Amino acid sequence: MAEAHQESGGSGDFDLSQFYQIFFEEAGENLDLMEQMLLNMDLETADDEELNGIFRCAHSVKGGAATFGFSDVAELTHQMESLLDKLRRHELQPNAMMVDVLLESADISRSLLARHQAGETGEPPSSADLVRRISELASGATPAAVPAPVAAPVPAPAAPVAAAPKAETPVVKGERQLEIQMGPLERLDQVDPVKDLFRDIAGLGEIVDLPSDRPNFRVFKVGTSSSNDDLLDLFAFHVAREHVLIRDLGEETNAASEAVSWSDDPPPGAPLAPAPGFGFFDGAPGAPAIAKAEAAEAKGAIKPAGKAPAQLAQPEAATIRVAINKVDQLINLVGELVITQAMLAQNSRTLDPTVYQQLLTGLADLDRNTRDLQESVMSIRMIPMSIVFSRFPRMLRDLASKLGKKVDFVTQGEATELDKGLVEKITDPLTHLVRNSCDHGIEMPEDRLAKGKSETGTITLSAAHQGGSIVIEVRDDGRGLSREKILRKARERGIEVSDQMSDADVWQLIFAPGFSTAEVVTDVSGRGVGMDVVKRNIAALGGTVEIESAEGYGMRVSVRLPLTLAIMDGMSVGVGDEVYILPLSSVVESFQVKPDAVSTVGQGSQLVKVREEYMPVIELEKVFQVPRFDFEKACDIMVVVEAEGSRVALLVDELLGQQQVVVKNLETNYRKVPNVSGATILGDGKVALILDTSALVRRSRH
Amino acid sequence: MDVMEKTDEVTSVGAREYLTFRLDQEEYGIDILKVQEIRGYEKPTRLANAPEFIKGVVNLRGTIVPIVDMRLKFNCAKAEYNDFTVVIILHLRNRIVGIVVDSVSDVMELPADSIKAAPEIDSVIDSSAVMGLGSVGERMLILLDIEKLMSGLDMGLIAAEE
Repeated sequence: MAEAHQESGGSGDFDLSQFYQIFFEEAGENLDLMEQMLLNMDLETADDEELNGIFRCAHSVKGGAATFGFSDVAELTHQMESLLDKLRRHELQPNAMMVDVLLESADISRSLLARHQAGETGEPPSSADLVRRISELASGATPAAVPAPVAAPVPAPAAPVAAAPKAETPVVKGERQLEIQMGPLERLDQVDPVKDLFRDIAGLGEIVDLPSDRPNFRVFKVGTSSSNDDLLDLFAFHVAREHVLIRDLGEETNAASEAVSWSDDPPPGAPLAPAPGFGFFDGAPGAPAIAKAEAAEAKGAIKPAGKAPAQLAQPEAATIRVAINKVDQLINLVGELVITQAMLAQNSRTLDPTVYQQLLTGLADLDRNTRDLQESVMSIRMIPMSIVFSRFPRMLRDLASKLGKKVDFVTQGEATELDKGLVEKITDPLTHLVRNSCDHGIEMPEDRLAKGKSETGTITLSAAHQGGSIVIEVRDDGRGLSREKILRKARERGIEVSDQMSDADVWQLIFAPGFSTAEVVTDVSGRGVGMDVVKRNIAALGGTVEIESAEGYGMRVSVRLPLTLAIMDGMSVGVGDEVYILPLSSVVESFQVKPDAVSTVGQGSQLVKVREEYMPVIELEKVFQVPRFDFEKACDIMVVVEAEGSRVALLVDELLGQQQVVVKNLETNYRKVPNVSGATILGDGKVALILDTSALVRRSRH
Repeated sequence: MDVMEKTDEVTSVGAREYLTFRLDQEEYGIDILKVQEIRGYEKPTRLANAPEFIKGVVNLRGTIVPIVDMRLKFNCAKAEYNDFTVVIILHLRNRIVGIVVDSVSDVMELPADSIKAAPEIDSVIDSSAVMGLGSVGERMLILLDIEKLMSGLDMGLIAAEE
């Protein structure tokens, strides 16, 4: 979440305002999350995980706010971050005061954000006081009690104003001599780390072991300038607060040497008896009741300024985040609904409209509503391509400056929407293609000038809908692919090639695994590093990759993907008694064929002439070994389908109609079936196989 | 050895329940916990290029489930499809498969000591998929490790590693 946000924030070349909304949402979420974690945090046992989590929230908000120029928010969150940073590094021990301040800061941040979101109207809530208080806390000062009603403007960290003079820990400048008793302990060495603290933390003071009169107690003499609360906070990691008793020896001596001679008997007061010990710590923020009182006071302290948190504007959430599996479940249910609806429609076809008029009207409404519902549900998963595109400007900028190239980056069609699942999976292949274009496509500025091109190269990333698919193109005006070099390299690698190969076929060579190593294609390095992986990833999504290239002028890589993986428009065709589904997006046309229009070439492969173009014929009956009982009937319908840039004519018995089908995976419970991409359930509850047109086209090539 | 180990496993768990079904004259038993449901036979959608004993796929409430005819797989004399033909839907570790059998007879509890190791015999069934032979009175029950049987490569339900 935070990362995504930072990326979008990092694309400085863009108009940032389009990301404001995302930032506001994420910041709000981060603040909510932080608040929740702060509230749940147990001060005594707060572990790194919790502290880091809170820190990350503040950090994300800060990063975003700074990027978008909301300096007031950035300043406040920066202070929060510094405090939290010290906490997570255990330089400070969390206490209730800090939590209060942080919560308050979250509130103020929220209202500051709300103000920015509303277009900077109204009086900004003052954050100066909070900033000051946080930095005080962060500087390790005694948790200065909330300024008493007098509200001293800037209490010096060294001499905080005591709110309740009697109860407050006496804070003394300079060193105090304390006797600290710890126990009862399970193991005596349990508190050894406490001594390490004094060794590790500069300026904390000195600690000396004293003899203890009770077996499970340890007594130390400590010379320190830290307050009791700070010490308790520090010790809390190793020994519970209740088991620590601090006595001020009242010796204002600075001489550490006296410590040796100091040998008073440990106080007889039982450490377990809370009365004397806790009386001392009345002001300790760790005590819950007190903490509450302080919190109340803290709020009270702001009130005079007229900024009661309750009155602060809350940013309005224009979106909600929902678990993806909930959406998927919804999509599945709608899928089932579509099937049921199709079943009803099929069964009602034979009804007499004059008798069942009402029922049929109802069914027509159901049809329309189901379709609308399906579209709406599917659109939930659709997100704009700008999410992907926005990461490239920064990457290209860095890459170009590293390579010493000049590159302009142009994006088109960022608003094109694509299934969320696809967006996530397309990002890596696209990154690869864009990087390739910059690395290997665009020439050095001097080379470009020498070739009469402008010094700055252009890489264009575009997305557009085309039929049932989305086409994403990566174009550059660089040097393009070199046909000769690819062919030469292919021969070296023992791949069978001929000079008569079409360009398209030559370009496909760069997708061969292992083909793409440096110095392969161009002088600099291989244009196709990992292109096989790119192709494989895209094929796994049901997409295809096509390359067009003109040497010296640039190249274009087109990635074609289905819009969504779950539902597609299908055309059902009948072969014998069986029904197959063709993806409507690949169907070009269909027509009735006369037997003499089909001509045979070579070993029986058939061709049909359609509008001055010959194309291979595939008899589905043969491919799928359809049993035939009615020999009278002949296949005489051809459906032209296009896939991977070629067309074939499929010979079928009849066209049954078009319908939306829910794509089910056949491989969940079975293995892959050749020429079949999946299965679906028809209106009558039967299973029909969905044809893999790409596989059929490839089949015709062999 | 394999069989012995399996038998030991059965002993340790104690008596288990088996669903018994008939294929021709033979009676088989499978772990009842692997059985999801039993339903009537409906004509599946044929799959091209599949072995003969894979009848195709059916729609089981939205899930596409392949149907294996055990009678064809085990080379039974006849495999008729009528109103009494039943399909046992198995819920295996990672997939759902339906098997066609002549009839389902019973659910019975077999104590571990009534299960004997099967002798090594030459049969169409992969001998490692036979957990043992159970004797119930005069009847002999062939206990199948259905999980193992269905995940065997010769069942054609799983593609061979390429």
